[in-house]
Amino acid sequence: MTATRRRLTTALLLAPASLWFLALLILPLVVVLVFSVGERAPAGGYAAGFTFDNYLNLGARFTAFKNTLVLAPIGMLLCLVFAYPLAYFLALKVARHKLLLLILVILPFWTSFLLRTYAWIILLSGKGIPAWLESLGIEDVRLINTPVAVLIGIVYGYLPLMVFPIYVSLERLDRRLLEASNDLYAGPLATFRQVTLPLSLPGVVTGCLLVFILLMGEYLIPQLLGGGKVFFIGNALVDLFLQSRNWPFGSAVAIALVAIMLLAVGLALRWARRQGGQREVSLL
Amino acid sequence: MKGHWLKGYALLVYLFLYAPIALIVLISFSEGRQASSFTGFSFQWYETAFANRFMLEALVNSLSVAFTSACLAALMGTATALALQRVFGWKRRLYDLLIYVALMVPGIVIGISTLIAIATVRDAINPLLQGLWEGAPLVDLGWGSIVAAHTLFNMALVIVIVRARIAGMDASLIEASADLYATPWGTFRQVTLPLIAPAIVAGFLLSFTFSFDDYVVASFVNGREVTLPLYIFASIRRGVTPEINAIATTVLLVTLTLLIVAQLLLRRTPKAKGATA
Repeated sequence: MTATRRRLTTALLLAPASLWFLALLILPLVVVLVFSVGERAPAGGYAAGFTFDNYLNLGARFTAFKNTLVLAPIGMLLCLVFAYPLAYFLALKVARHKLLLLILVILPFWTSFLLRTYAWIILLSGKGIPAWLESLGIEDVRLINTPVAVLIGIVYGYLPLMVFPIYVSLERLDRRLLEASNDLYAGPLATFRQVTLPLSLPGVVTGCLLVFILLMGEYLIPQLLGGGKVFFIGNALVDLFLQSRNWPFGSAVAIALVAIMLLAVGLALRWARRQGGQREVSLL
Repeated sequence: MKGHWLKGYALLVYLFLYAPIALIVLISFSEGRQASSFTGFSFQWYETAFANRFMLEALVNSLSVAFTSACLAALMGTATALALQRVFGWKRRLYDLLIYVALMVPGIVIGISTLIAIATVRDAINPLLQGLWEGAPLVDLGWGSIVAAHTLFNMALVIVIVRARIAGMDASLIEASADLYATPWGTFRQVTLPLIAPAIVAGFLLSFTFSFDDYVVASFVNGREVTLPLYIFASIRRGVTPEINAIATTVLLVTLTLLIVAQLLLRRTPKAKGATA
């Protein structure tokens, strides 16, 4: 009696989420999968069919794939390089106002992402930093609509997401290990390389995966700071679905994007686990 | 690593993070029509912004979408996280996979797939729904589809956060409650809920923030509905006036106030000490 009631309660609690997953995740992804082997209707949209032409044609969007697969990892690494010292500082060197300093790292998320990126359009275009550099004697610097502008936007937008997981793993670190390393005559650099860095690796991997996943689907930063010259897969998708209305080909591109992401993240997680003792690495 | 070098570096990073925001705020008080330079101090763009019916409509839409989605996500996410404690084997793995996929698939793919799914399904489903009763809700692009698509991601987020909190919970408390003849509902209300409340609140706030600021998903499934990010994106293309900056500054000010008030309230009630996300 009670066992039946328990099972009924569980089923009822799971029902709304199950419905949501079915209607808004499984069904849409199945539709995209079906569309990706279909044909383009003459007026745009989808016509029934079974062909792998859309997948064979992926090379037509080579530049978008290349840009994403080059700039997303570079952006991720830049975020890591800039975030690590800040996380280190916040976790190990700050005694007072720690909470305030942490809140200040995420506070930018509460202003419109679009407007913050727009502020960078102003800063990077002719009248902004280039004009300022010119007054210093450095002329002909073009920033807006270049890969550099896109990378600046990426670091600006995703730095806080990288700082937090690294901060958490450094904060948990047992300080006595650092003292022990020092007592054993290791220099600061050796201590960092042999103790601090390996112990913060779970945070580093989590942060990198988080940023990488978001960057792979990035659309706004290349759209606004790349000005149509530096475009990602996300931009190609918008073009294919909303402008040229080639839904089957767009679906194939979307499936390819998800497949590449799953593959990359799967490989990264396997690598991290094999590094030994990295059981803490997880996205969930 | 030397302390003062790091301090200097941290200062530079904060400068980097806040310079663009300072620029947005500064220009909101500008006199000129250009959103790219500051010319003389005035409040005129605040006046124009709060008299602009379209922008206010977009702001209200964004608030209602974000609030509805965050409420749904908090409710369904908490229910799912609790129920999954009792699910094992392949069913558990299936739900874990779905949560994982919902969080990993890029917003742009969620937006596109929801759009084409709705466009494909609505002609088949709507006549059926209409046959059910007069004025039955129909499947279409608009307010409802934005909320639904946001809720998918938000719900997965809440599940993950609440679950982490449950994992850190002392299971013996629940056993003790049962031993003391509390009903399952009583245990939930008096033991489990107070313990996981900070996680639910954190999930709600994150969901609200995501939904309020989302452009990508909404841009596909909005139909004729305009949210604030969609309005801002359109004005960036048209050429912005400092009106947008005035709205952004107001939103920032409101958030800051709420944050400070929340902090003060948390300090007054030491019970809520665990309320960190």
